[in-house]
Amino acid sequence: MNNPARIFDRNLLRQRRDRAAASIGDFDFLLQDVAERLCDRLDVVKKQFPLMLDLGGGHGVLSKRLLAREGTQSVISTDISLRMAKQSPALSVVADEEMLPFRFGSLDAIISNLSLQWVNDLPGALVQIRQALKADGLFMAAVLGGESLKELRQSLMQAELNMTGGVSPRVSPFIDLRDMGALLQRGGFALPVVDADIITVDYSSPLKLMQDLRGMGASNATVSRLMKPTRRSVLAEAARLYSEKFATPAGRVPATFQIIYAIGWSPHDSQQKPLKPGTAQVRLADALKTEEKSAGDKAQP
Amino acid sequence: MPDRAKAADPKLLEVLVCPLTKAPLEYDADKQELISRQAKLAFPIREGIPIMLVDEARKLD
Repeated sequence: MNNPARIFDRNLLRQRRDRAAASIGDFDFLLQDVAERLCDRLDVVKKQFPLMLDLGGGHGVLSKRLLAREGTQSVISTDISLRMAKQSPALSVVADEEMLPFRFGSLDAIISNLSLQWVNDLPGALVQIRQALKADGLFMAAVLGGESLKELRQSLMQAELNMTGGVSPRVSPFIDLRDMGALLQRGGFALPVVDADIITVDYSSPLKLMQDLRGMGASNATVSRLMKPTRRSVLAEAARLYSEKFATPAGRVPATFQIIYAIGWSPHDSQQKPLKPGTAQVRLADALKTEEKSAGDKAQP
Repeated sequence: MPDRAKAADPKLLEVLVCPLTKAPLEYDADKQELISRQAKLAFPIREGIPIMLVDEARKLD
């Protein structure tokens, strides 16, 4: 078995989500917003999915919407935290995205709202997702991208450097948009599509942003994080730098969230495929209604 | 006695497999456990929610 680098402490993530579960409703604006955007993308797909999985579905923001979709018969929702899973209106399972407990070829669609960014072995998770799908099953995920929280990342790094003369990982590393498409293909998905958008959230202060991240159960869970609490002076300095560099004239501070959307299908014969080279029935020049011009070199027999 | 109203949903049991081996599970309705013979693990069901985490499973001999 290969053992990919462990970046995220999944047990710590579980504790953080357990702790956040009680008041998650006060901090789920980003989940609600992105769930809505996922459903907009799902609306374009004119196919019904009787059995859907909401992967890493937390307290059920996306499940609620999937249950209301035309053609849905059941929605299963997983979360690594039992306290989160208990709140979902779907059929709940506690499961780790890195080790899925679903029968091969059993699900019509797997949708994930902001959970796969904390998976250590994303290629491995994608393979398991594809295997759990029926042929021609849909996978759609929104994950936080590498541009996310760039203001916070910079401010914390500079503050730590100023106060202690060194830096440690403070904000989770997130996936790059360019890598996502390649990962989908490597995972064996057909017709992969990747796009991204930016959501900017205005906060009254940088400390309010940090509170919010904790409320979402999204505070730093990297393995190589500092094992002692951050010094108050470092946080204060980070907040000062954040405001100094990024504050709007009205005194609010923006936080960037880059959302990457990944869509792929488990392969099926009915899906469009490129033709084999040399099998074309029509000349390209005819299709383009133009005159074919030689590029100069003639192929030698 | 386990609460029957809180037993796991049959639709769910139909699609669940062992997260380690991906092999089928045996459902023990009395103990409210899902048993993976190959992995020698019993996954608990709490309030109708299967806990499919290896760390939380009971080890079988």
